[in-house]
Amino acid sequence: MSDSKRLVDLFTVKAGLVSAIVAPVKSLDEALAYTVDICEKKDACQILMSGCESDLSTGAGALCDEKPSKVMVAPGLPGETFAALKALCADRGIHCLDSGMRKHLGGIDIGFTIADAGIAETGTLVLDSRSEELRLATMLCEVHVCVLRTSTLRETSFDAEELVRAYCKDGPAYLAFVTGASRTADIERVLAIGVHGPLELHILLLED
Amino acid sequence: MQNARDLKQYKGELTGALNNEFLRTAMDNFAMAYRVSRANAFKGMDLDGLIADIAKGKDYAMAHMEELLEQFTRNAKALGVTVHVAKTAHEANEIIGRIAQKANVKRIVKSKSMTAEETLLNHHLEDLGLEVTETDLGEWIIQLRHEGPTHMVMPAIHLSRDQVADLFSEVTGAKQSNDIQKLVKVARRELRRKYVEADMGISGGNFAIAETGTIALCTNEGNARLVTTLPRVHVALVGLDKLTPSINDALRVIRALPRNATGQAITSYVSWITGPGECQSSANGKKEMHVVFLDNGRRAIAKDPLFSSVLRCIRCGACANVCPVYRLVGGHQLGHIYIGAIGLILTYFYHGREKAKNLVQNCINCGACKAVCAGGIDLPRLIKEVHARIQDEEGHPLQSQLLAKVLKSRKLFHALLRSAKAVQRPVTGGTPYLRHLPMIFAKDQGFRALPAIAETPFRDRFEAIKPRVSKPKLRVALFSGCVQDFVYPEQAEAAVKILARHNVAVEYPMDQSCCGLPVQMMGERESSRSVAAQNVAAFDPASCDYILTLCASCASHLKHGYPDILAGDSRLEVKVRQFADRVIDFSSFVHDVLKVKPEEFKKDGKKTTYHSPCHLCRGLNVTEAPRALMTIGGLEYLPADEEDVCCGFGGTYSMKFPELSAELLKKKLANAEKTGAELLLTDCPGCIMQLRGGLEAKGSAMQVRHMAEALAERLK
Repeated sequence: MSDSKRLVDLFTVKAGLVSAIVAPVKSLDEALAYTVDICEKKDACQILMSGCESDLSTGAGALCDEKPSKVMVAPGLPGETFAALKALCADRGIHCLDSGMRKHLGGIDIGFTIADAGIAETGTLVLDSRSEELRLATMLCEVHVCVLRTSTLRETSFDAEELVRAYCKDGPAYLAFVTGASRTADIERVLAIGVHGPLELHILLLED
Repeated sequence: MQNARDLKQYKGELTGALNNEFLRTAMDNFAMAYRVSRANAFKGMDLDGLIADIAKGKDYAMAHMEELLEQFTRNAKALGVTVHVAKTAHEANEIIGRIAQKANVKRIVKSKSMTAEETLLNHHLEDLGLEVTETDLGEWIIQLRHEGPTHMVMPAIHLSRDQVADLFSEVTGAKQSNDIQKLVKVARRELRRKYVEADMGISGGNFAIAETGTIALCTNEGNARLVTTLPRVHVALVGLDKLTPSINDALRVIRALPRNATGQAITSYVSWITGPGECQSSANGKKEMHVVFLDNGRRAIAKDPLFSSVLRCIRCGACANVCPVYRLVGGHQLGHIYIGAIGLILTYFYHGREKAKNLVQNCINCGACKAVCAGGIDLPRLIKEVHARIQDEEGHPLQSQLLAKVLKSRKLFHALLRSAKAVQRPVTGGTPYLRHLPMIFAKDQGFRALPAIAETPFRDRFEAIKPRVSKPKLRVALFSGCVQDFVYPEQAEAAVKILARHNVAVEYPMDQSCCGLPVQMMGERESSRSVAAQNVAAFDPASCDYILTLCASCASHLKHGYPDILAGDSRLEVKVRQFADRVIDFSSFVHDVLKVKPEEFKKDGKKTTYHSPCHLCRGLNVTEAPRALMTIGGLEYLPADEEDVCCGFGGTYSMKFPELSAELLKKKLANAEKTGAELLLTDCPGCIMQLRGGLEAKGSAMQVRHMAEALAERLK
């Protein structure tokens, strides 16, 4: 088995163990189409944000009311990629943004990003998050879809050490390792997904 | 939190915890599940190597704390971070309070930080009129309940979904169901609002990386990312022990931290924050960032030759996860703010003697914590050392002083045991148990029958049974320990019988005394040292090949305890090393050295299960030999659940905390009986005292034997 195939398999298994949904894509266009599709297929894009169906205190409830429509955010993409995504979204009536996350603190349906690297042994995405827009996009969204180029896969975290060092030396910097969706087991050790951040993480493996 | 005035009040609180049904079930389930998930998480990894590397890395960092602090500060400052160093908890709180006031902050969100718990930061900030909200779900829950954490990683593990539902009903003003998934979503929305409103975020720091000036944070919920992103001010409160030279060090610790904490390969999020980045809610578009380092004794601890190793702690909580006492009573009783074995030690240094004095006595010395510690800290030893220091500072209790005095003189000790035999007749009723102990001795001891002193101690029988060997293949000196000398001499006799078959010469040095573990456990250092020196002198280690003992506790104390206890005594250093090198336990000797064979034994296939003594399986790392011996000896071995969990004896522990001892014994016996075995074997007379006493008290037919007896009885 080629080394690249082995890393892809390892990554897929490990990411799957933390409930990430891993799918191969052949092109960036396919990734964009996938992302727009899950709004419909998976009921991801709902007007009501997760938790807003509950009886909440007045202040928390008020924040729920701030969301006007289905929102997809994709900060930091190359210009033509964002334009393509925006066009796809427009066809489906989805509001597509690349900035202004702070106007959507109540919630965002989908955050779309491209990872800087992946760590196979833990199914981890490495994301340069120095842009506040990108950090918020990946935290405020209900579903995070992230494209991972298979050429950026490394086996262990130590294999990513130089990369981490390079980012941290170039401060101010904010680098994130993301492994699965936001989770907690703080009540009776029962696993619950999506306590603060995304409820779902989709990783689209792009062979390059 | 420890508020008990004295041991009596503390024991009252322990009883309260024991009676908490929910807590007991939750803790049991957790302990069982943790075992499995941790093993899976480390599968295929060189765990010992990883632990050794972490220990080495942390030791290096702590020895270079000032240089790392200087390097971190330089790198962080260059990026615009303000770095503060607080000498005390109070000073740290004041610094953070001032930062908040200067930046005109009204509302604060926090991500989980044990260091902020240590300084009781929230109280200080609230007194300044600031609104502080914890955003880690467990921390938020306990903040709303106005209590401290009961676990370092799962702070609200002591609470049920019903309690959380009631709490959230209060917070939202609307009735909430006890559906955990729904409760988590309610927290998501309620806390989202808090992030939006906050002007300042406070985080802890798993690492302060000197080479880049980076603060790295591990969370599962992702709350630390929001806390460090949305508000315009970020303050990281970090212990000086989190300083580490490089990214490589952090990556190494991250391999162990989540695996050891919860059995996860990695936390959902690891954030590497280097300097203040862009922040759109700030007037100048840039975050205001502060790092507050907390000393609070860490600098002094780093210089202490014995205690510096506590700064290796990576706050994974594993020492609590495996502690049998924690499992019974939970973190409010087995900790002040820091929980579990490490908590017993840190409480003394960070919160003082008054908070630590009862706590440190509640260690049964089973070594389970040491065996899982990611930093390889010798936790049980340091707990005993803290106990001893507190006694030195506050005065020794009468009982402990008395025992210390008696043990220091072998002749006095043995004379007392002999006279006890003479006067015990009225309380034994002719049985091998003390049946009618006056209440003063038997308080809360009803859960087990205590054995009587034997008619003739082993030392008086030895000459008659000593093997007569002309050309011995090995020379063994026997260390019987008090229990086999005076209570169960038949166990040592059984061993001699097997040794004689294999042409082994046996000596029994008559000047040997108690190994000293009981006084070590009670914090009587002086007596412990004196007894150790007497025993080393009694054995002339160069004159024998092995020092054999049938007591696992004695063996591990002689082998690992003595060199520490007698360290620095130049007259004994060589001898104690020789002595320790020769110490071996019975099962290892018979299996690994004598290499006994099945054809030596009559096979009867008796259904047998095993209790693995703490000081054998963890103290000496012996696990295979006794299991193999049962099969070689012709027995049918039926493994029991949790064979390596403490039986609750713990020597003097079971006298001090009988209620806890009884609970541990109950679990142990239930697991043994569940196998359907008729015979329960073990390798420690202390455990036998506990197990046999428990079975006798409940009228069970299961028999308890030492491995040596089971084998000797079956010799052809």
